[in-house]
Formats: sequence, structure tokens, C-alpha cells
Amino acid sequence: MRLALFLPVALFVVLSVVLLLGLDSDPTELPSALVDEPFPAFRLEALDPEQGFIDEQQLIGEVALVNVWATWCYACRIEHAMLNQLAESGVKIIGLNYKDNRADAFEWLTLRGDPYVFSVFDLRGSLGIDLGVYGAPETFLIDAQGMIRYRRVGVVDERVWSNEFAGLYAKLKAEAQ
Amino acid sequence: MKNLVFLVLLLMSGSVNATSDLVVFSDPSYAARYQSMILELRCPKCQNQNLADSNSPISQDLRAEVQRLLELGMTDGEIQQHLMARYSEFILYRPQVNKSTYLLWIAPIVILLIGIVIIFGLSRRSAVVSEVQNPDIQDNKQRLADLLKNGNQ
Repeated sequence: MRLALFLPVALFVVLSVVLLLGLDSDPTELPSALVDEPFPAFRLEALDPEQGFIDEQQLIGEVALVNVWATWCYACRIEHAMLNQLAESGVKIIGLNYKDNRADAFEWLTLRGDPYVFSVFDLRGSLGIDLGVYGAPETFLIDAQGMIRYRRVGVVDERVWSNEFAGLYAKLKAEAQ
Repeated sequence: MKNLVFLVLLLMSGSVNATSDLVVFSDPSYAARYQSMILELRCPKCQNQNLADSNSPISQDLRAEVQRLLELGMTDGEIQQHLMARYSEFILYRPQVNKSTYLLWIAPIVILLIGIVIIFGLSRRSAVVSEVQNPDIQDNKQRLADLLKNGNQ
């Protein structure tokens, strides 16, 4: 019967732990439905019309990042320098220009540098929906077989790269050789 | 009076605007299904709004996607699966009953049962305690019974 006296304290401790764990979870972050799924099929024009149409086959063969960006996306500005840096260090980055204006997008790349091997021009956001995109910037890490292995919603900066991407990227690169 | 009528009309017009969606379907039966689906689907960008309530660009896109899928002849279940494969279960306002949501569904019932047990236990104990703590409660009960039987003497 004595033990019953400690019941409120025990409940309090349990509740505290649950709530404490809850502090760390970000409610705006959705679970990724597409991790370990193949990159969705698509056929869209490249941002640069001279490059013609692009489909999912052109993403396969090498470990790469697919970065969803747009000129209206403020956080993409912050991210851009990091992308340039990654591209310089040899990371293959494919752009997905999401619901944007072509002229603005060109200007953006001229002004800030172009870290992308090529950019897919998704004017209506159809590939965006197939990727479950709900806010730019988003970055997908795909392996050499074209499977999505990781997804980050939000800015990729030094910290995010080293904490979340670098290890998996190196591992996938090693596997691909 | 005139102002009041105007005010009432103005207040009503808001809800009329909100429900009139400029969505045209090839089959009129799609409209009702569309409406019920966008009420049950959650906007992925906003924390607590369905596709019907939200005006964010992604909600507009997803409403158009629901419309497109309806026109393709998909069933409600297929459309839900289609969106879930892209946006995870988050897109459903009503979580499905499965392994990861058992706790969510069962917890209220369990907590209610625990509450009932606690209240039941407490009330029984207090009844026992009051009899034990007041030995003359039996006398009082007897006196009360006598009083009720014989009236006020």
C-alpha cells in the first residue's frame, strides 16, 4: 500500500521523460515515405532548354544529391553557398527547379554560381508531388542505382552535411565502386 | 436595423465564399467525393489544417492533384494510398489503426479504465475507512432508522 503513495511521483517522472523526449522532435518534420524507394519516374524539360528533356534514367549511375530549389525560396539563398562548396569538392548535385520562373532561375544561377550538373524545370510541381515535396529547399541523396537513401527538408549547411549526409554519402560512394 | 441586416449578410457571405470552390468535374458525383476527401487530407506544410481550409500553395497543388486523380477514375482508397506513398501517413487526418498507432487509439480507453478503477477503489476505501474511524456509526444508523420510523420524538 505504501507503494501507492509513490504513484503520483512515478507518473510525474514518466510524463516528464515523455515530454522531454517530445521537446527534441520537430512537429513540422514529416516522416519520409520515399526513403529506400526508387526515384519516381518523370519526364520534364531541363531548366536550360538546350538540354532538352530529362527523365529519371539520367539520375541513375552515380551517387548524387537532388536539390529542390526556387528563386522565391528564401532559405535557398542561405543554402546556395554550401551547395557551391559541395559541388566544388566533387559532389554531383542535380537541381530540381520547383515552381519557378525560368528567367529568374537563370539570373539566380548566373549571380550565385551554378552547383548543378543540370536542373530539371518542374514548373507545375508535378515531380515535386511525386517526391512528396512540401517546402523548398529539400535535398535527396540517391545511390548509384537511383534509390532515394536520405532526405532532408530544410537547409543543408556544414553541420547538417557532416551530421546527416557525409557518412552515408561516403558509404554509398564506397559501395558504388 | 438596416445595418444589422447588412452585418448578418456580410457574416454569411464569408462562409459562402469559403465553400464555393471553382472546381469543375466531368462527372458531378466527383464533386461530393472531392469535398469529402479534401476535408480528410491534411496540408503537409501547415500543422493543423486540411486541404480544404488551407490556402498554401502546396494545398492548392494537392487539391488539384486530388481532382486529377478523381478524373483518372481512381477510388478514394487508391487516392489516399497514392498520396500516402508520397507524403507518408501524415497526409491522413484520421490516423490508420496499425502497429505504430495502437498506442494512440488504445491509450484513451486504457486511461479511462484506470480512472474508473481508481475512483472505484477510492470510494470503496473511504466507505470502509469512515465506518472504521467512527465506531459509533452503527449507533447513529440505528438512531436514524428509529427516527425515520417513529417520526420526530
